[in-house]
Amino acid sequence: MKKSGPFAHGFTSVQKTMFLVLLALTPATVFNLYLFGWPAILLFIVTVGACVAVEAACLSVAGKPVMATLADCSAILTGWLLAMSLPPWAPWWIGVLAAIFAIALTKHAFGGLGQNLFNPAMVGRTVMLISFPVAMTVWVAPHPLFSAGAPGLVEAFAITFGGSIPDTMSAASALGHIKTELSRGIPVTQSIGQMPDLMDMALGYRAGSMGETSALLILAGGLFLMAKRIISWHIPASMLGSLFLIAALFHAIDPTHFTSGTFHLLSGATFLGAFFIATDYVTSPVSKSGQIIFGIGVGLFTWSIRNFAGYPEGVAFAVLLMNSLTPIIDQYTRPRAFGRTRKGEPLPLEGKP
Amino acid sequence: MKLFPIRGGIHPEYRKDLTSEKAIVAMPMPAALYIPLQQHIGAPAEVLVAEGDLVKKGQMIARSQGAVSVPQHAPTSGRIMSVAEVAAPHPSGLPQKTIILEPDGKDEWGDLPEPIADPFAADPHAIHERVAQSGIVGMGGAAFPSAVKLNLGTQKKLEILLLNGAECEPYLTCDDRVMREYPGEVIDGARIMARALGTPRVVIGIEQNKPQAIEIMTRAASAFPEVEVVAVPVQYPMGSERHLVQAITGRETPARKLTADLGIVVHNVATARAVHHAVRFGRPLVARVVTVSGGAIRQPNNVLTPIGTKVADLVEFCGGFSARPESVVNGGPMMGQPLASLDAPVVKGTSGILALTAEEINDSPTSACIRCGSCVTVCPCGLSPVDMAAFIRKDNLDVAAKLGVMDCFSCGSCSYVCPSHIPLVHYFNYAKGVLRELESDRRKGERIKTLAETRTIRIEKAAEAKRAALAAKSKPAADAASSGNAGEAKATTEEKVNA
Repeated sequence: MKKSGPFAHGFTSVQKTMFLVLLALTPATVFNLYLFGWPAILLFIVTVGACVAVEAACLSVAGKPVMATLADCSAILTGWLLAMSLPPWAPWWIGVLAAIFAIALTKHAFGGLGQNLFNPAMVGRTVMLISFPVAMTVWVAPHPLFSAGAPGLVEAFAITFGGSIPDTMSAASALGHIKTELSRGIPVTQSIGQMPDLMDMALGYRAGSMGETSALLILAGGLFLMAKRIISWHIPASMLGSLFLIAALFHAIDPTHFTSGTFHLLSGATFLGAFFIATDYVTSPVSKSGQIIFGIGVGLFTWSIRNFAGYPEGVAFAVLLMNSLTPIIDQYTRPRAFGRTRKGEPLPLEGKP
Repeated sequence: MKLFPIRGGIHPEYRKDLTSEKAIVAMPMPAALYIPLQQHIGAPAEVLVAEGDLVKKGQMIARSQGAVSVPQHAPTSGRIMSVAEVAAPHPSGLPQKTIILEPDGKDEWGDLPEPIADPFAADPHAIHERVAQSGIVGMGGAAFPSAVKLNLGTQKKLEILLLNGAECEPYLTCDDRVMREYPGEVIDGARIMARALGTPRVVIGIEQNKPQAIEIMTRAASAFPEVEVVAVPVQYPMGSERHLVQAITGRETPARKLTADLGIVVHNVATARAVHHAVRFGRPLVARVVTVSGGAIRQPNNVLTPIGTKVADLVEFCGGFSARPESVVNGGPMMGQPLASLDAPVVKGTSGILALTAEEINDSPTSACIRCGSCVTVCPCGLSPVDMAAFIRKDNLDVAAKLGVMDCFSCGSCSYVCPSHIPLVHYFNYAKGVLRELESDRRKGERIKTLAETRTIRIEKAAEAKRAALAAKSKPAADAASSGNAGEAKATTEEKVNA
């Protein structure tokens, strides 16, 4: 007997979806690779390559088709997002270890594509951050390719594979700087004066991981994905909205301890998180109402972690925390079935919906 | 008219332009017609003819059996060759009892029932009777006996007859052509049906992608104030009965209820035309318009096809295959059934025969679910296909049932959008089949249990009566003495109960 209908199918595929996400990431990535120069390019290649290699190894161990599965581009996307969440001049082994955690332990140990509870790239990043806090918090100010003082390819090899960042080049990320100053008793109102202005932050001329800088290009990529209907507005809008509102509220109450809503939106990995990380299909809820709850959760957790926890940046942790809630959110936010009440009982006859 | 949104849905490639401008053509009578006894939901008809009988066109050759059933009529004049088992137009391709008729080429009508002179003054019952006698079924594809549905007015207070001209399935244009070429017949049929149902209003819903049909029908309806044509948005599955009712009236049919419970009855436009023929001319349903289309058909067309024509003959009339079809589908591409054999006949519910190329079907091997949630977004029933499929894969059908798999009407929107090409509808059809079987087994079990219990009680009672009789026989004297008292006591008890 033949398979039942439909005998028509939309022009969607997993590969096409992943490809569009990669395409949306490209402008921000290219700009940031330019901004941070050869060491960033090397780390990017190493991280993506490691993810693909680990994926291939896991598939072959599990006895699944290797080439056909690699073609879905999901490992490339994980590696890409992972590279964008690492300090651009981090040593090569950070990328490789993060790839192993992301692909082997977070994804394939749970059954491969679609089966993982947590966002692989974010697990890779946070495990590295907790295990190697020093290497993961060495930031550099932008050194655009071919500019004066930017490392050449040879120096870049020394930085990425030799692990030697010249001390003079390191800098603090905006969130890190505020947090350090705050711990020294210097209020936000004062420390924020030493920051690049918000315009520079939006454009990306500041220290940070690749995905943290250049909020505008990330935003453009995100809007592109929305236009292509790969993602919907629900998670980004609810995450950005809740983060902005709670930050603005506390900033209004106590500006000496809390930075403004705009600062929170433009700093750290907020935009990358909102459009590319929190929207990961596998680890976010499937229903629209669930996605809104999820987004609000990520926004609130991000703000809380940034302000009250030991780490200056909280997007990755916030996403992981909400990932763990995704199954339960899904269970409680299933849409109402046609002709039934929320509880699943048939609608009463008289009542209009 | 204010319209109401319906949930989810998709916008597939419609490809209606393959046949939308092709006027209906009648195909020549094939060498043999194969008329299955069951072309409808309900009980199969009962054969009235035998091998060698000569029949006229329109003569009843099988009568309906039971309340939900329809008779079958000879689609042309000729000789009954045999009553045999022939492959059914069903994905299983299993044979079913079929009357095989050899046309004599004269196509002579037999004695038909008298036209109902003024149907709008006639007793609604006379119209039901005529529709039932004419073998009319829902021609949108469901093939439910129309007379049963027209009878709903006797049980329920009805407000609207909603005529379904949405034709939301891709490729299909038979309803579009019928509306464009026979608007008067469709509207007359609809008004007759409204008379039978007792509905004061007739609303005809047509999807906006059929502007000519909308225009022509609106013009034809302008003479009748109770008839209104409404253009509904192009959104698959707009033609689903419950969804069309929701789009037009804003009312949501409760689960396990009928639209008739809301006072609305939905019939297909081609059905209305068949009712017109039956009531005005006494002609039974012996032919229908079928859209023959798809990339593998040489000359796609809308063909007036005698019921019982082999699909192979119909395809040949349309120039045969221009390429090897990947699938031949009975109905539309979304909800149609794959045809196991081209020897299966066209039946009353056959709206389309599609020969689709692999390119049109655009199938791919299934890959892992990435939980994108598209299926949840598009499900017009508000279900979560992703979750139901996960449980069905683990054969955990109870949970799938709790999640509402029985509410799924297999519209195929989820399968259509799934980027991983997971055959979700196939899973759901499987689950529904198994769950239905379990349910019927459970009912059967309960019935047997009740019967067994009743039997035990009956046997016990009989045994007791026997014992009592024996006891009465053994001491008749004592019994006679105490009978007065016993009678009194019994009366007291009865009074107590009544109080």
